[in-house]
Amino acid sequence: MKALFLGATSGMGRALSRLLAERGESLFLLGIPAQDLERSAKDLEARGAAHVGVLVCDLLDPASFGAALDRADEALGGFDTVVVTAGLFASQERLEADPAFTAKLLAANFTNTVLFCEEARKRMLSRGGGTLCVFSSVAGERGRKPVVLYGAAKAGLTHYLEGLDHKFRAQGLVTITVKPGFVKTSMTEGLKPPPFAGEPEGVARQVLRALDRGTPVVYAPPPWALVMLVIRALPRFVMRRIGF
Amino acid sequence: MTELSGWGRYPVVEATERVSENFEAASAGAALSRGLGRSYGDASLPASGDDIVASSRRADRILGFDPATGVVRAEAGLSLRELNRVFLHRGFASPVSPGTQYVTLGGMVAADVHGGNHHVAGTFGEHVRSLRMRVADGRVLEVSEAAEPELFRATLGGMGLTGHVLEVEFRMERIPSAWLYTETRRVADIDELVETLLESSRHWPMTKTWFDSTQRGRGMGRGFAIVGRWAEPGEARPEAPRLRERVSVPPLPVGLVNALTVRVFNELWFHSQSRPHAAIAHPQTFFWPLDGLRHWNRLYGPRGFAQYQCVLPIERDARVVRRFFAALTRRGCPSPVSVIKDCGAEGRGLLSFPKPGISIALDVPLRGERTQALVDALNEIVLEVGGRVYMAKDVLTRGAHFRAMEPRLAHFLEVRRKWDPDRRLRSALSVRLFGEDA
Repeated sequence: MKALFLGATSGMGRALSRLLAERGESLFLLGIPAQDLERSAKDLEARGAAHVGVLVCDLLDPASFGAALDRADEALGGFDTVVVTAGLFASQERLEADPAFTAKLLAANFTNTVLFCEEARKRMLSRGGGTLCVFSSVAGERGRKPVVLYGAAKAGLTHYLEGLDHKFRAQGLVTITVKPGFVKTSMTEGLKPPPFAGEPEGVARQVLRALDRGTPVVYAPPPWALVMLVIRALPRFVMRRIGF
Repeated sequence: MTELSGWGRYPVVEATERVSENFEAASAGAALSRGLGRSYGDASLPASGDDIVASSRRADRILGFDPATGVVRAEAGLSLRELNRVFLHRGFASPVSPGTQYVTLGGMVAADVHGGNHHVAGTFGEHVRSLRMRVADGRVLEVSEAAEPELFRATLGGMGLTGHVLEVEFRMERIPSAWLYTETRRVADIDELVETLLESSRHWPMTKTWFDSTQRGRGMGRGFAIVGRWAEPGEARPEAPRLRERVSVPPLPVGLVNALTVRVFNELWFHSQSRPHAAIAHPQTFFWPLDGLRHWNRLYGPRGFAQYQCVLPIERDARVVRRFFAALTRRGCPSPVSVIKDCGAEGRGLLSFPKPGISIALDVPLRGERTQALVDALNEIVLEVGGRVYMAKDVLTRGAHFRAMEPRLAHFLEVRRKWDPDRRLRSALSVRLFGEDA
């Protein structure tokens, strides 16, 4: 496997890149800041990755995506797997109070992520396909009070990814949408973990299985599939009353 | 605010914990670092609710490894378990392993941990080449025998009170296989136990003994001696040992460890190994037997438990061990995990625990004044014979006892004053044992 990561330095991306490194895969890390990328590259090399390259690429700077993907493509000799875990997060209260940051988050988590995926999938399709694995969220399943804004961007992203999978799977592009529930990472630090909160290592193992099998949708940890099944089925008047 | 406690689950304090993958940034302005919280007492707890505790547990990247020399460098939050998972099957092991793998490299430095090979390998600090640290004034420094050696030595075993350990560079040991060759044999009483231990340590790189803390009189100190070495490729099993998934103890309304259950457990345990035998052992069974039982500290119930470990010098009079045992068993000490180990030479850490003699470790359920009185009585003996207690395990030692046992403390505090004149770095332990203001 020749895997390109956007956002491998922390959380679930870090955990998943380590599993691939232990299998001896070749990796290329895009992200910020440079020093963090270098440190993660050393970690992955020590854990057994065949080759690790890095390049600074900011999700907030879509103009740089094309060149960054070309560089990664060259270094890996043509990537066949792209994993996107990068994204921004803030609580609903913070976003409501800070429209400038809201604009940034919506751009990063939806528009720019989609633009990145477009660039990546075109390159893979041009050589017969590959796997595009993107971390969306259970927050995109339904409009909910605690994640109105964050969830809206994730809903758009989830739709886009589903569309890609329907349109291009026959041509060899497998699209995997990962929908984490609550996972204990730096992103969720300070929030009270609900039941079924997961660890990044467990999520990474689930996603690795999905990469190997081409599973189109992954709820992680698994109980969230059931939780979201119920949430999706709840009538609006119930959703309006509950705080979830 | 979150609730923090050591592994003994006593005391429990409200604290502000800063958890980040960027531990270096998180350590700025923090009063104390904390790893996996496996020290038993108050070593990883803040001195006051206003102090910030920086957690290293997400800072766990390996930053370099040289297979030719075994030198590895990593962020301080890397756990020994993760290190084992990555390196055991490649023929490298930490030169020193404490009783659990759920410790971070930073914690191994701070407590200057030792293991069953102390008589050969010394403490973990003996194998540390260099540390990256944030000191109290906010600077980040590389510290070693060549650069700021005094700070370096004060940090090995300094319980995190000299600065935040951000990165650790140390040399790993090349191992012939990841399995162990072990021999176990029963001993009838304390004298035979100590004699067997000292004799075994002349021939074996790893030795330890378990003893039945409930036995008095003739059977006092009965137990068994376990010796071992890394197995040669021909003896070892062909497959790499897998670090086992764990069974978890649920939160219990009352403790299951009491005088009766420990008596039964110890009796069964003692009779489970009636004949001397040799075996090829899984490293987890040999080094970290309790790691298979997740949250085992919950067995002691909501009141928690106290660990206690001391070392008694025996070169002048080996009978001190018997005396210590008599005091221990007379007061009744229902400890299921009781370990005796001989210690080798003192290391270079200014406050490192081991010194030549016999080290005794106990787990006791906390029963208020009774437990305090037991620890006080044991400490009186330790003090009298020139021994010392292990800060990483301690929770009940009185400051006056500790200061009387530690003539080295003055030197340590002098170094600390030099690097941290305003005492910005402190812990609940430093307040209790060094006699500082909270």
